Amino acid sequence: MIETYFIQVTYITAAAAFILSLKWLSHPTTARRGVRVGELGMVLAIVGTLVHHEIVSYQWILVGFVLGSAIGLPMAVWMPMTHVPQRTALSHAFGALAAALVGTAEYYLHTEELSTFTMTALSLEVVLGFLTFTGSLMAFGKLQDLVPSRPVVYKGQNVVNLSLLAVAVGIAVYLVLNPGRTELFPAVAALSLLFGVLLIIPIGGADMPTVISLLNSYAGLSAAAMGFVLDNKLLIVAGALDGSSGFILSVIMCRAMNRSFTNVLFGGFGQVRVAAGQVEQRSVRNATPEEAAQILEAAGSVIVVPGYGMAVAQAQHKVRELYDALTRRGVDVRFAIHPVAGRMPGHMNVLLAEADIPYDRLVEMEEINPDFARADVALVIGANDVTNPAARHDTTSPIYGMPILDVDKARTVMVIKRSMSPGFAGIDNELYYMDKTMMLFGDAKSFVGELLKELSGTRVGA
Amino acid sequence: MSANLESELFVFVLATFVGFEVIRRVSPLLHTPLMSLTNAISAISLVGSIVIAGAEKSQLSTILGTIAVVCSMANVVGGFVITDRMLKMFKKRGPGK
Repeated sequence: MIETYFIQVTYITAAAAFILSLKWLSHPTTARRGVRVGELGMVLAIVGTLVHHEIVSYQWILVGFVLGSAIGLPMAVWMPMTHVPQRTALSHAFGALAAALVGTAEYYLHTEELSTFTMTALSLEVVLGFLTFTGSLMAFGKLQDLVPSRPVVYKGQNVVNLSLLAVAVGIAVYLVLNPGRTELFPAVAALSLLFGVLLIIPIGGADMPTVISLLNSYAGLSAAAMGFVLDNKLLIVAGALDGSSGFILSVIMCRAMNRSFTNVLFGGFGQVRVAAGQVEQRSVRNATPEEAAQILEAAGSVIVVPGYGMAVAQAQHKVRELYDALTRRGVDVRFAIHPVAGRMPGHMNVLLAEADIPYDRLVEMEEINPDFARADVALVIGANDVTNPAARHDTTSPIYGMPILDVDKARTVMVIKRSMSPGFAGIDNELYYMDKTMMLFGDAKSFVGELLKELSGTRVGA
Repeated sequence: MSANLESELFVFVLATFVGFEVIRRVSPLLHTPLMSLTNAISAISLVGSIVIAGAEKSQLSTILGTIAVVCSMANVVGGFVITDRMLKMFKKRGPGK
């Protein structure tokens, strides 16, 4: 009795700690306190659980603790920030697998006593868990370039995927009504695992922010379902928090690309684009580092628009040096962050923060868009589609309606780009052909380096 | 069971609403740490795995439970550590710049 009481108290405290943890995360000044209180809640809940009366031996628990820490800690400590999306995908996979395996164990332990409701929750836990597990592994593979990150599509794909899911759900429903048919359980598990793979195959690299958020939500929901199976309210609370967070993020990501969930999951974006070669050859204005540096130096305010290309070129530290050099000359430098810049929500902020750029210089799209008209220079580094004015007016463009950064309103636009090749959507960017646009061709890192050299050549005025 | 079910659904619905309200307020600046933190928090499924691994009711359940403990523990440790590592990097403009 006293033991149950103890466990309940630790669980309730943990639940409160988790909510507080997320609340404090809302702002950078309190965020680290949020992590502390979250850790506290976690330790409490674990200690509470260890006195559980069903536990007869600590041997395997200890093995799990050691192995788990040995896997989790190195990834967290040494993973470069550019690889955070990969780590996140892996952790979704781990979380989902844990839920699915616990569900499987519970099923075989209590086959005879499972009520219809518990069995429903259990099926949900197992189906969501297994499909999120393989789906997240696929997402990891795509992010890590182990699997082709372009969308792999074939005719009738959606029909195949949906019927597969329908069969899995059908068998699961049958199992709910007849939990004794243990031979069907592996079929549900196998179909869910397969569906997870097929679900992610057609999704392209640029849709990763949405997919990761969606998988986040699924992993959370399977944890909540596990709470229903185990009669554990703490799990329900934590799972619900995770699920709603993933859901909110996926909605934000979808909105930022002006697409719907179904479009992301079943749209196969980017596969049927006409070859970009057939656009008429328009002339662009090519500029040297010297010209660009002169304009930057004379500018009063510069807005940098970083895209994933900047991270690929590992240019963020050079960009920080440029920020320092210009700030020293009294230029007001800010960074415009599109919600889908990077490979997961908020990724670009982390990359720039890692390069020591103060976070009050990182401005969200809605906030900074009105300021472009007053900016002397908009410097685009490795971003493309999110700066394309066609999204505003060209109804035939595939990105029409997508919220963009109003880069074209700036007095001068500079674009650092490797070549004239189009972005992931294969769309030509009319920004490049404007009279006020200077194209700076080259690798982002080395070009910014050259800009720095030019800037250091001229003395800072007293 | 039905009383349990009712209170559990109750908890789920309320927690979802609390989640929406709290997370809506998180600045987009911190969306990546948000995801790693919620990930660490939902790794609380560790407590379910612990009981199954420690109860040793059948060989299968012990094996599955232990693997689940490994996975959840990796998320608990990794999730909190990397969230803190990221948050440490977010600095306001220092003096003298």
